[in-house]
Amino acid sequence: MAQRSLRPEMRRAAKEAPVGDAIMSARDLSVHYGAFQAVRDVNLSFYENRITALIGPSGCGKSTVLRCMNRMNDLIPIARVSGEVLYHNHNIYGPNIDPVEVRRRIGMVFQKPNPFPKSIYDNVAWGAKINGYRGSMDDLVERSLTQAALWNEVKDKLKDSGLSLSGGQQQRLCIARAIAIQPDVILMDEPASALDPISTLKIEDLMQELTRNYTIVIVTHNMQQAARSSDFTAYFSVGEDRAGYLVEYGPTHEVFTNPKDPKTEDYITGRVG
Amino acid sequence: MTRTVFTQSMQEMQEEMLSLGSMVEKAVARSIEALRTQNVELAQQVIEYDEHINAQRWKIEENSTLLIATQAPLARDLRYIFAVMHIATELERMADYAQGIAKLTLRIVDEPLLKPLVDLPRMADIGRELLMEALDAFIEQDAERARQIARRDDEVDQLYEQVYRELLTFMISDQRTVPRATHLLWVAHNLERIADRVTNICERTVFAVLGDIEEMG
Repeated sequence: MAQRSLRPEMRRAAKEAPVGDAIMSARDLSVHYGAFQAVRDVNLSFYENRITALIGPSGCGKSTVLRCMNRMNDLIPIARVSGEVLYHNHNIYGPNIDPVEVRRRIGMVFQKPNPFPKSIYDNVAWGAKINGYRGSMDDLVERSLTQAALWNEVKDKLKDSGLSLSGGQQQRLCIARAIAIQPDVILMDEPASALDPISTLKIEDLMQELTRNYTIVIVTHNMQQAARSSDFTAYFSVGEDRAGYLVEYGPTHEVFTNPKDPKTEDYITGRVG
Repeated sequence: MTRTVFTQSMQEMQEEMLSLGSMVEKAVARSIEALRTQNVELAQQVIEYDEHINAQRWKIEENSTLLIATQAPLARDLRYIFAVMHIATELERMADYAQGIAKLTLRIVDEPLLKPLVDLPRMADIGRELLMEALDAFIEQDAERARQIARRDDEVDQLYEQVYRELLTFMISDQRTVPRATHLLWVAHNLERIADRVTNICERTVFAVLGDIEEMG
């Protein structure tokens, strides 16, 4: 609860800080899976130390867009990406770009917590180890677990298996694992949809805490979660050709109180279908 | 269409608000009638009726809170519910002014009126008309009409000025009229405030429809 009470101050500080530069941008981003166009002409920017939520009905392409942001779609053989994804003004789909390096800088947390079947310590240390981290591993593990708001709960059982933790703890372990390799963007694909309400709120508080150091992009089906936790919201919909596209993008407080596009209004007020 | 239950609850809330509106309109009409005809019994009724108006207002507030808590309304729905809550508060205050007029009536009922009342009933009539029109504009979600109604507040303000000058003339020419004239001035003030509250309702309508806050007073 103490964590939650910190939140208003944190939020105020975040809102008062001017919006910095876009750390990532999609430019005319389209994605095909074979002959099927999944996403059409998305133009969207993510701002430094801010949380951007991607919302929209199933099949609108929001997760596909998210996966494009760190070339996760490369792992799907039939996926074809066109347009650009700029990260610090470099196109991550450009020549001579190493996708592994892209994924180191742009981390990802998935819907279902997926810790390795290893100890809590190794879950956090593993990525840093294979990336050739040279500092004190104990310090890195402690720092990452602290940042993920998990340290106090696991400091006495670091040798226990990551799988012995509760669902909410496992998800925070996955976040600790993601930040241990020191990315600057964290992509989250419905990080709380498999969790109970309290664990969900913990993850949301944690996201606020993480914005001090990271930029977060989150895909969520939970509109209240988007409204509570994000600074910017992008609403995607499905076109008649079944391709997903961006309908509206703006500050969360505007999108949820006075959206500009009637399609957004219909979706967030539940007047769809 | 999704959200059938929610839409139905919103509809019910709107009807509760309209019902509160008619109760208030009736209270204003009766209060000025009690004053005009020096009717003690009618004035008493207005004072006692205020309890029902307060209860209706709390009912609307409770239903709105319940809708917010259970239905998580957003965007236009959210603005609409907040507007209804604020309008219910405005209406309840308007009823307090009517009750105030009834109480003033009881204080001056022992003496004959200074003069037959003309402008005060006119102020009340315009106020009531504007109130019903403002509620109608809200139901229709018509922002432009709300703006037009708010502008008509000037008519009530002008009458207020007129009543003020007239009563001042009475007081200057014969200081024995001061207590009675002062009470009538308070009545005029209450009626002027009632019309101001109508303007607030119009502001809420514009907010509910467009999401913009426009000062109209």
